[in-house]
Amino acid sequence: MCGIAGLIHKKAGGANIGKEMTDMLQALKHRGPDSTGYALYGSPISNYIVRINLAEQADTKKGFDVANQLQSRSDQVDARMVELGAKVSKKENQTSYALRYELSFDGDLKNLIDYVEDIEGVEVMSCGNGLELIKDLGDAAVVSAQYDINSFQGSHAIGHTRMATESDVDIRSAHPYWAYPFADVSVVHNGQLTNYWTNRRALERLGNRFNSNCDSELIAVYIANRISDGDDLETAMRRSIEDLDGVFTYLVATSDSLGMAKDVMAAKPMVIYESDDFIALASEEVSIRSIFDHEIDTFDPYEGEVRVWQL
Amino acid sequence: MATVSTSGQSHDMGLHTEKLTNRTQQRFFDAGESANFTYAWAPEVDTNKVGTLDCEGMDPTAINIRIRELMDEGCGTINLSNPGSMHALCVGILNRLQLNVTGSLGYFGCGLIDGPNVNISGRVGWSCGENMMAGTIVIEKNAGSTFGAAIRGGDLVCRGDVGSRTGIDQKGGTIIVGGKTGAFTGFMMQRGRMIILGDAGMNLGDSMYDGTIYVGGKIEGLGVDAIPADLNDLDRKWLKSKLDLYGMETPNGIDNMQKIVAGKQLWNYDNLEPSEKKLVL
Repeated sequence: MCGIAGLIHKKAGGANIGKEMTDMLQALKHRGPDSTGYALYGSPISNYIVRINLAEQADTKKGFDVANQLQSRSDQVDARMVELGAKVSKKENQTSYALRYELSFDGDLKNLIDYVEDIEGVEVMSCGNGLELIKDLGDAAVVSAQYDINSFQGSHAIGHTRMATESDVDIRSAHPYWAYPFADVSVVHNGQLTNYWTNRRALERLGNRFNSNCDSELIAVYIANRISDGDDLETAMRRSIEDLDGVFTYLVATSDSLGMAKDVMAAKPMVIYESDDFIALASEEVSIRSIFDHEIDTFDPYEGEVRVWQL
Repeated sequence: MATVSTSGQSHDMGLHTEKLTNRTQQRFFDAGESANFTYAWAPEVDTNKVGTLDCEGMDPTAINIRIRELMDEGCGTINLSNPGSMHALCVGILNRLQLNVTGSLGYFGCGLIDGPNVNISGRVGWSCGENMMAGTIVIEKNAGSTFGAAIRGGDLVCRGDVGSRTGIDQKGGTIIVGGKTGAFTGFMMQRGRMIILGDAGMNLGDSMYDGTIYVGGKIEGLGVDAIPADLNDLDRKWLKSKLDLYGMETPNGIDNMQKIVAGKQLWNYDNLEPSEKKLVL
Protein backbone atom coordinates (compact mmCIF):
# COMPACT_ATOMS: atom_id res chain seq x y z
CA MET A 1 0.00 0.00 0.00
CA CYS A 2 2.72 2.50 1.07
CA GLY A 3 2.30 6.05 2.30
CA ILE A 4 4.01 9.13 0.88
CA ALA A 5 4.30 12.65 2.22
CA GLY A 6 5.91 15.92 1.26
CA LEU A 7 6.18 19.43 2.63
CA ILE A 8 7.69 22.69 1.51
CA HIS A 9 8.28 25.87 3.53
CA LYS A 10 8.51 28.88 1.26
CA LYS A 11 9.52 31.41 3.88
CA ALA A 12 13.23 32.06 4.34
CA GLY A 13 14.97 30.19 7.13
CA GLY A 14 12.90 27.03 6.80
CA ALA A 15 11.60 25.10 9.77
CA ASN A 16 12.03 21.94 11.80
CA ILE A 17 11.17 19.70 8.85
CA GLY A 18 12.70 16.64 10.51
CA LYS A 19 10.10 16.64 13.28
CA GLU A 20 7.28 17.58 10.91
CA MET A 21 8.09 14.78 8.47
CA THR A 22 8.48 12.26 11.29
CA ASP A 23 5.01 13.17 12.58
CA MET A 24 3.53 12.93 9.08
CA LEU A 25 5.12 9.55 8.39
CA GLN A 26 4.23 8.13 11.79
CA ALA A 27 0.59 9.01 11.07
CA LEU A 28 0.90 6.93 7.89
CA LYS A 29 2.41 3.91 9.63
CA HIS A 30 -0.72 1.84 8.96
CA ARG A 31 -0.01 2.17 5.22
CA GLY A 32 3.35 0.44 5.57
CA PRO A 33 5.45 -0.45 8.61
CA ASP A 34 8.32 -2.24 6.82
CA SER A 35 10.66 0.68 6.29
CA THR A 36 10.67 4.46 6.49
CA GLY A 37 12.64 6.92 4.43
CA TYR A 38 13.32 10.64 4.34
CA ALA A 39 14.74 13.03 1.77
CA LEU A 40 15.39 16.18 3.80
CA TYR A 41 16.68 19.38 2.23
CA GLY A 42 18.71 21.63 4.49
CA SER A 43 20.56 24.84 3.66
CA PRO A 44 22.82 24.05 0.70
CA ILE A 45 26.54 23.92 1.43
CA SER A 46 29.43 24.29 -1.01
CA ASN A 47 30.61 20.73 -0.38
CA TYR A 48 28.81 17.56 -1.43
CA ILE A 49 26.90 15.55 1.16
CA VAL A 50 27.26 11.86 0.30
CA ARG A 51 25.41 9.14 2.17
CA ILE A 52 26.73 5.62 1.87
CA ASN A 53 25.50 2.27 3.13
CA LEU A 54 28.16 -0.38 3.71
CA ALA A 55 25.73 -3.29 4.07
CA GLU A 56 22.10 -4.21 4.52
CA GLN A 57 20.95 -3.95 8.15
CA ALA A 58 20.18 -7.70 8.27
CA ASP A 59 23.70 -8.58 7.07
CA THR A 60 25.25 -6.72 10.01
CA LYS A 61 23.51 -9.01 12.51
CA LYS A 62 24.99 -12.29 11.33
CA GLY A 63 28.06 -13.78 9.65
CA PHE A 64 31.71 -14.03 10.50
CA ASP A 65 33.77 -11.02 11.52
CA VAL A 66 31.09 -8.53 10.47
CA ALA A 67 32.60 -5.56 12.30
CA ASN A 68 35.94 -5.95 10.58
CA GLN A 69 34.28 -6.39 7.19
CA LEU A 70 32.39 -3.12 7.66
CA GLN A 71 35.58 -1.37 8.76
CA SER A 72 37.39 -2.76 5.73
CA ARG A 73 34.69 -1.47 3.39
CA SER A 74 34.74 1.92 5.09
CA ASP A 75 38.53 2.10 4.66
CA GLN A 76 38.19 1.18 0.99
CA VAL A 77 35.60 3.93 0.47
CA ASP A 78 38.00 6.47 2.04
CA ALA A 79 40.90 5.23 -0.06
CA ARG A 80 38.96 5.39 -3.34
CA MET A 81 37.72 8.89 -2.59
CA VAL A 82 41.28 10.08 -1.94
CA GLU A 83 42.48 8.23 -5.06
CA LEU A 84 40.08 10.20 -7.30
CA GLY A 85 40.92 13.50 -5.62
CA ALA A 86 37.93 14.03 -3.31
CA LYS A 87 38.74 16.03 -0.17
CA VAL A 88 36.73 14.69 2.77
CA SER A 89 36.06 17.44 5.31
CA LYS A 90 33.71 15.43 7.55
CA LYS A 91 32.86 11.77 8.05
CA GLU A 92 30.19 10.44 10.42
CA ASN A 93 29.18 6.90 11.30
CA GLN A 94 25.43 7.25 11.81
CA THR A 95 25.05 3.51 12.37
CA SER A 96 27.54 0.65 12.00
CA TYR A 97 26.60 0.46 8.30
CA ALA A 98 25.49 4.03 7.37
CA LEU A 99 28.11 6.69 6.66
CA ARG A 100 27.71 10.39 5.97
CA TYR A 101 30.48 12.31 4.21
CA GLU A 102 30.98 15.96 3.44
CA LEU A 103 33.52 16.36 0.68
CA SER A 104 34.70 18.66 -2.07
CA PHE A 105 35.29 17.23 -5.51
CA ASP A 106 35.97 18.92 -8.84
CA GLY A 107 35.90 15.86 -11.09
CA ASP A 108 33.10 13.85 -12.65
CA LEU A 109 30.73 12.99 -9.77
CA LYS A 110 29.36 9.95 -11.60
CA ASN A 111 32.87 8.48 -11.88
CA LEU A 112 33.41 8.91 -8.15
CA ILE A 113 30.08 7.30 -7.28
CA ASP A 114 30.64 4.38 -9.66
CA TYR A 115 34.14 3.77 -8.29
CA VAL A 116 32.93 3.78 -4.68
CA GLU A 117 29.95 1.55 -5.48
CA ASP A 118 32.29 -0.94 -7.12
CA ILE A 119 33.27 -2.04 -3.58
CA GLU A 120 31.28 -5.15 -2.68
CA GLY A 121 28.16 -4.39 -0.60
CA VAL A 122 28.60 -0.62 -0.79
CA GLU A 123 25.76 1.55 -2.07
CA VAL A 124 25.73 5.32 -2.48
CA MET A 125 22.31 6.35 -1.20
CA SER A 126 22.45 9.98 -2.21
CA CYS A 127 24.61 12.89 -3.19
CA GLY A 128 23.86 16.59 -3.19
CA ASN A 129 24.58 19.95 -1.64
CA GLY A 130 21.50 20.03 0.57
CA LEU A 131 19.93 16.56 0.31
CA GLU A 132 20.07 14.21 3.30
CA LEU A 133 18.59 10.89 2.18
CA ILE A 134 17.97 8.57 5.11
CA LYS A 135 16.15 5.25 4.99
CA ASP A 136 16.08 2.21 7.19
CA LEU A 137 13.85 -0.57 8.45
CA GLY A 138 11.09 0.20 10.95
CA ASP A 139 8.57 2.98 11.44
CA ALA A 140 9.25 6.71 11.51
CA ALA A 141 9.78 6.83 15.28
CA VAL A 142 12.46 4.13 15.06
CA VAL A 143 14.29 5.61 12.08
CA SER A 144 14.15 9.21 13.32
CA ALA A 145 15.62 8.16 16.67
CA GLN A 146 18.31 6.07 14.97
CA TYR A 147 19.47 8.94 12.73
CA ASP A 148 18.58 11.88 15.02
CA ILE A 149 16.19 13.39 12.49
CA ASN A 150 13.80 15.23 14.81
CA SER A 151 15.99 18.32 15.13
CA PHE A 152 16.70 18.72 11.40
CA GLN A 153 16.11 22.24 10.06
CA GLY A 154 15.40 22.74 6.36
CA SER A 155 13.14 24.03 3.64
CA HIS A 156 11.44 20.97 2.15
CA ALA A 157 11.23 17.20 2.40
CA ILE A 158 9.60 14.08 1.06
CA GLY A 159 9.10 10.82 2.92
CA HIS A 160 7.80 7.31 2.59
CA THR A 161 6.43 4.47 4.70
CA ARG A 162 6.71 1.19 2.88
CA MET A 163 4.59 -1.92 2.71
CA ALA A 164 6.74 -4.25 0.65
CA THR A 165 4.75 -5.94 -2.10
CA GLU A 166 6.95 -6.58 -5.12
CA SER A 167 10.45 -6.67 -3.63
CA ASP A 168 12.31 -7.45 -0.42
CA VAL A 169 12.12 -5.78 2.97
CA ASP A 170 15.58 -4.24 2.97
CA ILE A 171 17.18 -0.81 2.84
CA ARG A 172 18.00 -0.88 -0.86
CA SER A 173 14.30 -1.46 -1.69
CA ALA A 174 13.18 1.31 0.68
CA HIS A 175 12.33 4.78 -0.56
CA PRO A 176 13.24 7.54 -1.28
CA TYR A 177 15.39 6.84 -4.30
CA TRP A 178 18.07 9.20 -5.37
CA ALA A 179 17.97 10.03 -9.09
CA TYR A 180 21.61 8.98 -9.66
CA PRO A 181 23.75 10.78 -10.72
CA PHE A 182 21.91 14.09 -10.37
CA ALA A 183 22.69 15.94 -7.17
CA ASP A 184 19.76 16.67 -4.86
CA VAL A 185 17.01 14.83 -6.84
CA SER A 186 14.94 12.24 -4.94
CA VAL A 187 11.71 10.29 -5.49
CA VAL A 188 9.07 8.53 -3.37
CA HIS A 189 6.29 6.45 -4.87
CA ASN A 190 3.01 4.78 -3.92
CA GLY A 191 1.70 2.23 -6.40
CA GLN A 192 2.74 -0.46 -8.84
CA LEU A 193 4.37 -0.04 -12.23
CA THR A 194 3.25 -2.72 -14.66
CA ASN A 195 5.74 -2.01 -17.44
CA TYR A 196 8.73 -2.02 -15.09
CA TRP A 197 10.86 -4.60 -16.93
CA THR A 198 10.26 -3.10 -20.38
CA ASN A 199 11.33 0.32 -19.16
CA ARG A 200 14.16 -1.04 -17.02
CA ARG A 201 15.72 -2.93 -19.92
CA ALA A 202 15.46 0.13 -22.15
CA LEU A 203 17.03 2.36 -19.48
CA GLU A 204 19.76 -0.16 -18.69
CA ARG A 205 20.70 -0.28 -22.35
CA LEU A 206 21.24 3.49 -22.11
CA GLY A 207 23.73 2.92 -19.28
CA ASN A 208 21.55 3.65 -16.26
CA ARG A 209 22.15 1.78 -13.01
CA PHE A 210 19.57 -0.08 -10.93
CA ASN A 211 20.50 -1.08 -7.38
CA SER A 212 17.29 -2.94 -6.47
CA ASN A 213 14.37 -4.84 -7.96
CA CYS A 214 11.88 -2.33 -6.60
CA ASP A 215 9.62 -0.87 -9.31
CA SER A 216 9.76 2.54 -7.66
CA GLU A 217 13.45 2.87 -8.45
CA LEU A 218 12.41 3.01 -12.10
CA ILE A 219 10.78 6.41 -11.55
CA ALA A 220 13.99 7.90 -10.15
CA VAL A 221 16.02 6.47 -13.03
CA TYR A 222 13.40 7.56 -15.56
CA ILE A 223 13.36 11.14 -14.24
CA ALA A 224 17.17 11.24 -14.16
CA ASN A 225 17.29 9.99 -17.75
CA ARG A 226 14.79 12.60 -18.93
CA ILE A 227 16.68 15.41 -17.14
CA SER A 228 19.93 14.24 -18.77
CA ASP A 229 18.14 14.47 -22.13
CA GLY A 230 17.35 18.11 -21.43
CA ASP A 231 13.85 17.99 -19.97
CA ASP A 232 13.03 20.20 -17.02
CA LEU A 233 11.44 18.49 -14.01
CA GLU A 234 7.84 19.29 -14.92
CA THR A 235 8.25 18.14 -18.53
CA ALA A 236 9.88 14.91 -17.39
CA MET A 237 7.02 14.28 -14.95
CA ARG A 238 4.35 14.98 -17.57
CA ARG A 239 6.06 12.60 -19.95
CA SER A 240 6.15 9.93 -17.24
CA ILE A 241 2.34 9.90 -17.12
CA GLU A 242 2.41 8.63 -20.71
CA ASP A 243 5.42 6.33 -20.46
CA LEU A 244 4.84 4.63 -17.12
CA ASP A 245 2.03 2.12 -16.93
CA GLY A 246 0.17 0.99 -13.83
CA VAL A 247 -1.17 2.88 -10.85
CA PHE A 248 1.03 5.42 -9.17
CA THR A 249 1.26 8.66 -7.29
CA TYR A 250 4.79 9.87 -6.78
CA LEU A 251 6.68 12.87 -5.41
CA VAL A 252 9.97 14.29 -6.68
CA ALA A 253 12.11 16.80 -4.83
CA THR A 254 15.04 18.83 -6.11
CA SER A 255 17.18 21.47 -4.44
CA ASP A 256 14.55 24.16 -5.05
CA SER A 257 11.31 22.44 -6.01
CA LEU A 258 8.86 19.70 -5.11
CA GLY A 259 6.53 17.99 -7.59
CA MET A 260 3.76 15.42 -7.60
CA ALA A 261 2.32 13.28 -10.39
CA LYS A 262 -0.73 11.04 -10.46
CA ASP A 263 -1.53 8.39 -13.07
CA VAL A 264 -4.57 8.57 -15.35
CA MET A 265 -6.50 5.96 -13.36
CA ALA A 266 -6.15 8.09 -10.20
CA ALA A 267 -6.13 4.90 -8.18
CA LYS A 268 -3.59 6.01 -5.58
CA PRO A 269 -4.48 8.72 -3.12
CA MET A 270 -3.06 12.16 -2.51
CA VAL A 271 -4.34 15.07 -0.44
CA ILE A 272 -2.91 18.57 -0.73
CA TYR A 273 -2.90 21.49 1.69
CA GLU A 274 -1.70 24.76 0.23
CA SER A 275 -1.16 28.17 1.83
CA ASP A 276 0.98 31.15 0.82
CA ASP A 277 4.11 29.98 2.61
CA PHE A 278 3.56 26.30 3.32
CA ILE A 279 2.48 23.30 1.26
CA ALA A 280 1.94 19.80 2.60
CA LEU A 281 0.80 16.73 0.72
CA ALA A 282 0.28 13.16 1.80
CA SER A 283 -1.55 9.94 1.02
CA GLU A 284 -4.06 10.76 3.74
CA GLU A 285 -5.24 13.95 5.39
CA VAL A 286 -4.63 12.46 8.83
CA SER A 287 -0.90 12.73 8.03
CA ILE A 288 -1.12 16.47 7.30
CA ARG A 289 -3.29 16.98 10.37
CA SER A 290 -0.50 15.55 12.51
CA ILE A 291 1.36 18.86 12.13
CA PHE A 292 -1.68 21.11 12.58
CA ASP A 293 -3.69 21.49 15.75
CA HIS A 294 -6.67 22.92 13.86
CA GLU A 295 -8.92 22.07 10.92
CA ILE A 296 -7.48 22.71 7.45
CA ASP A 297 -8.82 22.93 3.91
CA THR A 298 -7.46 20.28 1.58
CA PHE A 299 -8.18 18.91 -1.88
CA ASP A 300 -7.36 15.89 -4.04
CA PRO A 301 -5.44 16.27 -7.30
CA TYR A 302 -7.09 14.70 -10.33
CA GLU A 303 -6.13 11.94 -12.75
CA GLY A 304 -3.07 12.60 -14.89
CA GLU A 305 -2.25 15.71 -12.87
CA VAL A 306 1.26 17.05 -12.40
CA ARG A 307 2.05 19.90 -10.00
CA VAL A 308 5.40 21.44 -9.26
CA TRP A 309 6.03 23.97 -6.47
CA GLN A 310 9.10 26.18 -6.39
CA LEU A 311 10.76 27.28 -3.19
CA MET B 1 -40.63 16.48 0.00
CA ALA B 2 -42.09 15.30 -3.27
CA THR B 3 -41.03 11.80 -4.13
CA VAL B 4 -41.14 9.81 -7.32
CA SER B 5 -42.75 6.64 -6.16
CA THR B 6 -44.66 5.14 -9.04
CA SER B 7 -43.12 2.89 -11.61
CA GLY B 8 -44.67 5.00 -14.41
CA GLN B 9 -42.75 8.13 -13.44
CA SER B 10 -39.48 6.35 -12.98
CA HIS B 11 -39.90 4.69 -16.38
CA ASP B 12 -40.48 8.16 -17.87
CA MET B 13 -37.16 9.26 -16.41
CA GLY B 14 -35.40 6.34 -18.03
CA LEU B 15 -34.66 4.60 -14.76
CA HIS B 16 -36.45 1.32 -15.37
CA THR B 17 -36.46 0.64 -19.06
CA GLU B 18 -35.13 -2.87 -18.81
CA LYS B 19 -37.45 -5.74 -19.70
CA LEU B 20 -36.78 -8.52 -17.26
CA THR B 21 -37.61 -12.06 -18.22
CA ASN B 22 -37.35 -15.63 -16.98
CA ARG B 23 -36.58 -16.00 -13.29
CA THR B 24 -35.58 -12.37 -12.72
CA GLN B 25 -37.87 -10.46 -10.38
CA GLN B 26 -38.22 -6.73 -10.00
CA ARG B 27 -39.56 -5.05 -6.90
CA PHE B 28 -40.03 -1.31 -7.12
CA PHE B 29 -38.75 0.72 -4.26
CA ASP B 30 -41.37 2.38 -2.08
CA ALA B 31 -39.95 5.72 -0.96
CA GLY B 32 -42.60 6.20 1.73
CA GLU B 33 -41.99 2.80 3.25
CA SER B 34 -38.27 3.47 3.33
CA ALA B 35 -38.66 6.89 4.94
CA ASN B 36 -40.63 5.44 7.84
CA PHE B 37 -38.52 2.35 8.33
CA THR B 38 -36.81 1.72 11.63
CA TYR B 39 -35.16 -1.37 12.98
CA ALA B 40 -37.16 -3.08 15.74
CA TRP B 41 -34.19 -3.02 18.08
CA ALA B 42 -33.20 0.58 17.36
CA PRO B 43 -33.08 2.74 20.52
CA GLU B 44 -35.78 5.38 21.06
CA VAL B 45 -34.19 8.78 20.59
CA ASP B 46 -35.42 12.33 21.03
CA THR B 47 -34.01 14.89 18.57
CA ASN B 48 -34.34 17.57 21.25
CA LYS B 49 -31.99 15.69 23.53
CA VAL B 50 -28.50 16.77 22.48
CA GLY B 51 -25.33 14.82 23.20
CA THR B 52 -21.80 16.13 22.67
CA LEU B 53 -18.71 14.18 21.83
CA ASP B 54 -15.19 15.66 21.73
CA CYS B 55 -12.97 13.20 19.83
CA GLU B 56 -9.69 14.71 21.03
CA GLY B 57 -7.47 11.88 22.26
CA MET B 58 -9.96 9.13 21.38
CA ASP B 59 -9.46 6.34 18.84
CA PRO B 60 -12.04 5.60 16.11
CA THR B 61 -13.43 2.49 17.84
CA ALA B 62 -14.02 4.39 21.08
CA ILE B 63 -15.71 7.24 19.17
CA ASN B 64 -18.07 4.89 17.33
CA ILE B 65 -18.94 3.10 20.57
CA ARG B 66 -19.59 6.43 22.31
CA ILE B 67 -22.02 7.45 19.51
CA ARG B 68 -23.99 4.27 20.20
CA GLU B 69 -23.94 4.88 23.95
CA LEU B 70 -25.32 8.40 23.43
CA MET B 71 -28.12 7.00 21.23
CA ASP B 72 -28.88 4.39 23.91
CA GLU B 73 -29.16 7.29 26.37
CA GLY B 74 -31.87 8.77 24.11
CA CYS B 75 -29.84 11.46 22.33
CA GLY B 76 -31.40 12.16 18.92
CA THR B 77 -28.88 14.90 18.15
CA ILE B 78 -25.14 14.49 18.60
CA ASN B 79 -22.61 17.27 18.09
CA LEU B 80 -19.23 15.72 17.36
CA SER B 81 -16.06 17.82 17.39
CA ASN B 82 -12.32 17.35 16.72
CA PRO B 83 -12.57 14.27 14.49
CA GLY B 84 -9.01 15.03 13.30
CA SER B 85 -9.49 13.40 9.85
CA MET B 86 -9.52 9.97 11.49
CA HIS B 87 -10.67 7.01 9.42
CA ALA B 88 -13.87 4.98 9.80
CA LEU B 89 -15.74 7.44 12.02
CA CYS B 90 -19.54 7.55 12.35
CA VAL B 91 -19.95 4.19 10.62
CA GLY B 92 -22.74 1.62 10.90
CA ILE B 93 -25.36 3.95 12.41
CA LEU B 94 -28.70 2.21 11.77
CA ASN B 95 -30.94 4.65 13.56
CA ARG B 96 -32.65 8.00 13.29
CA LEU B 97 -30.10 10.58 14.38
CA GLN B 98 -29.08 14.15 13.66
CA LEU B 99 -25.28 14.05 13.69
CA ASN B 100 -23.39 17.34 13.36
CA VAL B 101 -19.67 16.93 12.75
CA THR B 102 -17.41 19.96 13.20
CA GLY B 103 -14.23 19.13 11.32
CA SER B 104 -13.07 16.65 8.71
CA LEU B 105 -13.29 12.87 8.43
CA GLY B 106 -10.73 10.49 6.91
CA TYR B 107 -11.43 7.36 4.88
CA PHE B 108 -14.74 5.43 5.07
CA GLY B 109 -16.54 8.16 7.04
CA CYS B 110 -20.26 7.46 7.61
CA GLY B 111 -20.03 4.12 5.82
CA LEU B 112 -22.75 1.47 6.16
CA ILE B 113 -25.32 3.85 7.63
CA ASP B 114 -29.08 3.44 7.43
CA GLY B 115 -31.11 6.42 8.54
CA PRO B 116 -29.13 9.26 10.15
CA ASN B 117 -28.86 12.81 8.86
CA VAL B 118 -25.23 13.89 8.98
CA ASN B 119 -23.75 17.37 8.47
CA ILE B 120 -19.97 17.64 8.13
CA SER B 121 -18.42 21.11 8.29
CA GLY B 122 -15.05 20.03 6.83
CA ARG B 123 -14.02 17.58 4.15
CA VAL B 124 -14.09 13.79 3.87
CA GLY B 125 -11.51 11.31 2.63
CA TRP B 126 -11.98 8.34 0.32
CA SER B 127 -15.18 6.24 0.31
CA CYS B 128 -17.45 8.51 2.30
CA GLY B 129 -20.94 7.03 2.73
CA GLU B 130 -19.94 3.69 1.23
CA ASN B 131 -22.89 1.26 1.19
CA MET B 132 -25.22 3.85 2.70
CA MET B 133 -28.84 2.61 2.77
CA ALA B 134 -30.84 5.68 3.81
CA GLY B 135 -30.49 9.11 5.41
CA THR B 136 -28.57 12.16 4.28
CA ILE B 137 -24.93 13.22 4.46
CA VAL B 138 -24.06 16.83 3.61
CA ILE B 139 -20.38 17.78 3.34
CA GLU B 140 -19.55 21.47 3.23
CA LYS B 141 -16.06 21.18 1.68
CA ASN B 142 -14.32 18.67 -0.63
CA ALA B 143 -14.44 14.90 -0.75
CA GLY B 144 -11.96 12.21 -1.82
CA SER B 145 -12.30 9.46 -4.39
CA THR B 146 -14.93 6.67 -4.50
CA PHE B 147 -17.40 9.07 -2.93
CA GLY B 148 -20.64 7.17 -2.27
CA ALA B 149 -19.34 3.83 -3.50
CA ALA B 150 -22.18 1.30 -3.83
CA ILE B 151 -24.78 3.42 -2.05
CA ARG B 152 -28.27 1.96 -2.10
CA GLY B 153 -30.35 4.88 -0.90
CA GLY B 154 -30.41 8.29 0.74
CA ASP B 155 -28.87 11.58 -0.34
CA LEU B 156 -25.12 12.11 -0.33
CA VAL B 157 -24.20 15.74 -0.92
CA CYS B 158 -20.78 17.36 -1.28
CA ARG B 159 -20.75 21.11 -1.81
CA GLY B 160 -17.12 21.14 -3.01
CA ASP B 161 -15.08 19.05 -5.44
CA VAL B 162 -14.74 15.27 -5.27
CA GLY B 163 -12.09 12.85 -6.54
CA SER B 164 -12.37 10.03 -9.05
CA ARG B 165 -14.78 7.06 -9.33
CA THR B 166 -17.59 8.95 -7.61
CA GLY B 167 -20.62 6.68 -7.18
CA ILE B 168 -18.79 3.58 -8.37
CA ASP B 169 -21.25 0.68 -8.30
CA GLN B 170 -24.09 2.96 -7.17
CA LYS B 171 -27.26 0.95 -6.65
CA GLY B 172 -29.72 3.63 -5.60
CA GLY B 173 -30.13 6.95 -3.85
CA THR B 174 -28.82 10.31 -4.99
CA ILE B 175 -25.31 11.73 -5.08
CA ILE B 176 -24.98 15.51 -5.51
CA VAL B 177 -21.64 17.20 -6.15
CA GLY B 178 -21.46 20.99 -6.05
CA GLY B 179 -18.12 21.21 -7.85
CA LYS B 180 -16.01 19.00 -10.09
CA THR B 181 -15.72 15.23 -10.14
CA GLY B 182 -12.84 13.10 -11.40
CA ALA B 183 -12.42 10.23 -13.87
CA PHE B 184 -14.69 7.18 -14.00
CA THR B 185 -17.56 8.87 -12.20
CA GLY B 186 -20.53 6.49 -12.17
CA PHE B 187 -18.33 3.52 -13.08
CA MET B 188 -20.53 0.37 -13.20
CA MET B 189 -23.46 2.36 -11.83
CA GLN B 190 -26.55 0.17 -11.56
CA ARG B 191 -29.33 2.44 -10.37
CA GLY B 192 -29.94 5.77 -8.70
CA ARG B 193 -29.19 9.32 -9.75
CA MET B 194 -26.19 11.55 -9.66
CA ILE B 195 -26.06 15.34 -10.06
CA ILE B 196 -22.71 16.91 -10.87
CA LEU B 197 -22.97 20.72 -10.96
CA GLY B 198 -19.39 21.29 -12.13
CA ASP B 199 -17.23 19.47 -14.66
CA ALA B 200 -16.87 15.71 -14.96
CA GLY B 201 -13.60 13.91 -15.77
CA MET B 202 -12.90 11.35 -18.45
CA ASN B 203 -14.85 8.10 -18.84
CA LEU B 204 -18.02 9.39 -17.21
CA GLY B 205 -20.52 6.55 -16.66
CA ASP B 206 -18.12 3.89 -17.90
CA SER B 207 -19.84 0.50 -18.08
CA MET B 208 -22.95 1.78 -16.35
CA TYR B 209 -25.82 -0.70 -16.32
CA ASP B 210 -28.55 1.76 -15.47
CA GLY B 211 -29.22 4.95 -13.54
CA THR B 212 -28.95 8.58 -14.58
CA ILE B 213 -26.16 11.15 -14.34
CA TYR B 214 -26.91 14.86 -14.73
CA VAL B 215 -23.95 17.18 -15.38
CA GLY B 216 -24.04 20.98 -15.19
CA GLY B 217 -20.49 21.65 -16.44
CA LYS B 218 -18.27 20.16 -19.11
CA ILE B 219 -17.81 16.45 -19.65
CA GLU B 220 -14.26 15.49 -20.54
CA GLY B 221 -15.38 12.22 -22.07
CA LEU B 222 -18.00 9.51 -21.82
CA GLY B 223 -17.08 5.96 -20.89
CA VAL B 224 -18.03 2.76 -22.67
CA ASP B 225 -21.81 2.37 -23.03
CA ALA B 226 -22.67 5.78 -21.53
CA ILE B 227 -24.80 7.90 -23.86
CA PRO B 228 -26.45 11.34 -23.76
CA ALA B 229 -30.23 11.53 -23.39
CA ASP B 230 -32.75 14.38 -23.54
CA LEU B 231 -33.93 16.08 -20.38
CA ASN B 232 -37.68 15.83 -19.94
CA ASP B 233 -40.05 17.82 -17.74
CA LEU B 234 -39.93 15.26 -14.97
CA ASP B 235 -36.13 15.47 -14.91
CA ARG B 236 -36.29 19.26 -14.62
CA LYS B 237 -38.87 19.10 -11.87
CA TRP B 238 -36.94 16.52 -9.92
CA LEU B 239 -33.62 18.38 -10.34
CA LYS B 240 -35.17 21.64 -9.15
CA SER B 241 -36.74 20.05 -6.08
CA LYS B 242 -33.57 18.19 -5.18
CA LEU B 243 -31.27 21.21 -5.61
CA ASP B 244 -33.68 23.51 -3.78
CA LEU B 245 -33.71 21.06 -0.89
CA TYR B 246 -29.97 21.62 -0.36
CA GLY B 247 -29.87 25.26 -1.46
CA MET B 248 -27.72 24.51 -4.48
CA GLU B 249 -27.75 25.97 -7.98
CA THR B 250 -26.37 24.79 -11.26
CA PRO B 251 -24.17 27.45 -12.91
CA ASN B 252 -25.82 27.32 -16.35
CA GLY B 253 -29.39 26.59 -15.33
CA ILE B 254 -31.22 23.29 -15.14
CA ASP B 255 -32.30 23.48 -18.80
CA ASN B 256 -28.67 23.33 -19.88
CA MET B 257 -27.75 20.29 -17.81
CA GLN B 258 -26.65 17.21 -19.70
CA LYS B 259 -28.28 13.87 -18.98
CA ILE B 260 -26.25 10.67 -19.32
CA VAL B 261 -27.78 7.20 -19.24
CA ALA B 262 -26.68 3.66 -20.05
CA GLY B 263 -26.68 2.69 -23.71
CA LYS B 264 -27.39 -0.87 -22.53
CA GLN B 265 -25.41 -2.36 -25.35
CA LEU B 266 -23.52 -4.19 -22.64
CA TRP B 267 -26.72 -5.20 -20.89
CA ASN B 268 -26.93 -8.99 -20.52
CA TYR B 269 -23.30 -8.96 -21.49
CA ASP B 270 -22.87 -12.62 -20.61
CA ASN B 271 -25.36 -13.67 -23.27
CA LEU B 272 -23.18 -12.25 -26.01
CA GLU B 273 -20.84 -14.35 -28.08
CA PRO B 274 -17.18 -13.25 -27.87
CA SER B 275 -17.33 -11.85 -31.40
CA GLU B 276 -20.43 -9.83 -30.46
CA LYS B 277 -18.73 -8.41 -27.36
CA LYS B 278 -16.07 -6.88 -29.59
CA LEU B 279 -18.74 -5.21 -31.69
CA VAL B 280 -20.41 -3.79 -28.61
CA LEU B 281 -17.19 -2.47 -27.12
